[in-house]
Amino acid sequence: MTRRIRSLPFIVTLALALGFALAQTTVTIATVNNPDMQIMEELSSVFEAQNPDVALEWLILDEATLRSRLTTDIATGSGSFDIVTVGAYETPLWGQNEWIESIDGLAEQYPDAAEGYDFDDLLPAIADGLRVDGELFAVPFYGESSFTMYNEAMLEGAGLTMPEQPTWQEVRDIACEVHDPANGVNGIVMRGKPGWGDNMGPITTVVNTFGGQWFDAEGVPQIDTPEWNEALTFYRDLVQECGPPGVTGISFPEGLSLMSQGQAAIWVDATVAAGFLANSPVGDAMGHALAPVGPVAKGNQWLWSWNLAIPTTSDAIEEAFRFMMWATSKEYIELVAQEESWAQVPPGTRTSTYQREEYQEAAPFAGLVLQAIQNADPTDATAEPQVAPGIQFVQIPEFQGIGAQVGQIVAEALSGDITVERALERSQRVAAEAMQDAGYY
Amino acid sequence: MASSQPTAATQSAPAPRSRVGERRKFLSAPAIVFLIAVTQVPFAMTIWYSFTNWNLLRPASTGFLGWDRMWRNFSRILSNPDFWTILWNTLFLTGSVVVLSFVFGMMFALLLNRPFPGRAIARTMLISPFLVMPVAAAIVWKFLLLDPSNGLSAWVFRSVLGIQSVYLVEVAPMLSIIGIVSWQWIPFVMLILLAGLQSLPEEIVEAAQLDGAGPLRMFVNITLPHLRRFIEIALLLEVIFVLSIFGQIFVVTSGGPGIRTTNLPYQIFLEAFSSFNIGRASAYGIFAIILANIAMILFLQVVRRHRLEGTS
Repeated sequence: MTRRIRSLPFIVTLALALGFALAQTTVTIATVNNPDMQIMEELSSVFEAQNPDVALEWLILDEATLRSRLTTDIATGSGSFDIVTVGAYETPLWGQNEWIESIDGLAEQYPDAAEGYDFDDLLPAIADGLRVDGELFAVPFYGESSFTMYNEAMLEGAGLTMPEQPTWQEVRDIACEVHDPANGVNGIVMRGKPGWGDNMGPITTVVNTFGGQWFDAEGVPQIDTPEWNEALTFYRDLVQECGPPGVTGISFPEGLSLMSQGQAAIWVDATVAAGFLANSPVGDAMGHALAPVGPVAKGNQWLWSWNLAIPTTSDAIEEAFRFMMWATSKEYIELVAQEESWAQVPPGTRTSTYQREEYQEAAPFAGLVLQAIQNADPTDATAEPQVAPGIQFVQIPEFQGIGAQVGQIVAEALSGDITVERALERSQRVAAEAMQDAGYY
Repeated sequence: MASSQPTAATQSAPAPRSRVGERRKFLSAPAIVFLIAVTQVPFAMTIWYSFTNWNLLRPASTGFLGWDRMWRNFSRILSNPDFWTILWNTLFLTGSVVVLSFVFGMMFALLLNRPFPGRAIARTMLISPFLVMPVAAAIVWKFLLLDPSNGLSAWVFRSVLGIQSVYLVEVAPMLSIIGIVSWQWIPFVMLILLAGLQSLPEEIVEAAQLDGAGPLRMFVNITLPHLRRFIEIALLLEVIFVLSIFGQIFVVTSGGPGIRTTNLPYQIFLEAFSSFNIGRASAYGIFAIILANIAMILFLQVVRRHRLEGTS
């Protein structure tokens, strides 16, 4: 008898705890292991405290693993995730396939969660890339473009200045002037590591501004052309003559490391790098300019975003939508500024971020980043019309395969193993086969 | 086996025994169905997918390619010059690992077959590489042993050899992979050969010694013929497993630089999970199956010929 009474409080507690646990809905989130997303995971306890009925579960992976994991998961309809992190390349493709929920539809369905979100505040250049027929399919968490970062001290030492809008020829002249490998200074560092998200990113922007393009309006590959030849020859000579050795091993992390150790003078890469460099030993010496242009003033700066979307297979759509609205809101940006610092707020998503004085102070390059993002137009990035939008990629399902193979062949040309002509000839054949097989022409 | 059993049974007790036999067959049916389901259905689906143009990002593209174009995935692969490099990589990797692990496995087995103090500990330590998970082993090799600035190889280069440290994975990617995979497979060969050596009858050894056979003679005429069966089974299993090596390549080189360490399994992975081209990946899979079968048939034939020579 006494024993039963004593155990009663325990049973009541257990029952309460169980009831509470049952009332909670689990939202599973898959995201990239970038610093900005890691901050989101850390701060998500604030959301859980405000929404006791939601429990968050996280899966954080590197970009390549995440992409293959999510694509296979969603294409086979296995529905393990309630929120997925999708790149600018995939979002419209997934939207067309009806793999992810329309955000406009959800905002109508759950007006409470979307209250005060201010969709008009999202940077138009970024948000437009997430629409299919005017309908939004994901919300941007992080956005970037590309621009020129340079070591002002090194340039001044050689009596040189970088214009705010340099041409590729000017960049090359400056880079080769300060190139001094004997003293551990490389004129310029550019990506050469094979991959559509590695070397083909910057190389495609150079091709665009030299007047070339991957495909014509029907999808016929245009790689075996004088424009590509000129662009790739320029790029190869630039990295071979005025850059560090081993170009085919260099991608974003390697470039960042060379720049931050003062071993390279110029780097044209993602705008997000400027924030990292500001906190490096060369932080005070850094100068910034727009991405270099060539003969055609188009497509010379890329546009990329990481976005949150809800798979149609999710069984916790309302809860997922609530979290998504929270994590991309103005309030969230304030929260990061408060808990971390203004320099660490996710860039490239909201106009209001760039209007904050605190942000401009913490990130002096912010104005230039905003300008780069606004200048970048994925729907008009090439001299002649192209089959699908995209600046440093082409928004068709076949691009990942083609881009990976061409990246491989181009890397061989950059290292000098094969000629530019041979590389373009082979790339053209690879791309033509894939596009014919897919039935474009 | 199945046909001889009922006839043997009819001689002693005709009616009940045969019914038992039939019932036994019926009982084995679920196992057979299960076996077919888990082995042949995926294989049949791979064949089917290899005749489609399925790109994961294009859900509508799962249909048959059409009779006139059904072989397109295969012909595209055959006309791709990279395919022949990948094929050569696969064969070179497998062949080198088999030869290396056989030579070293035999050496270690012979050494461990002699009594010496601490033999049990030495045996356990020599076997342990085989028990480490491939990915864990690859990570240990990449970051602890071969790292050009902090690895053991850096210390060997600088302090022992007194030369500048080089990154072996970059200088000799294929040899690095061969070294790592061999390191894992030597213990396997050693273990099986050691079991074989220990089953060698003492009397034969003594008789040969009485006849005045030297150590080399003993090895060639007594030990090797006795071990033939064990060598066959060890190398056969090894060929099957090393043909499909993936983890070490994925971790250490990611198939690079270029495609210099890409083998067929890694290429299948790239087609399926980086290009999302399921049709092409399945066609590569068919080639991998054909290759494994050719390798197996050739291998078995070589072994069988040896056995015939041995008996004649």
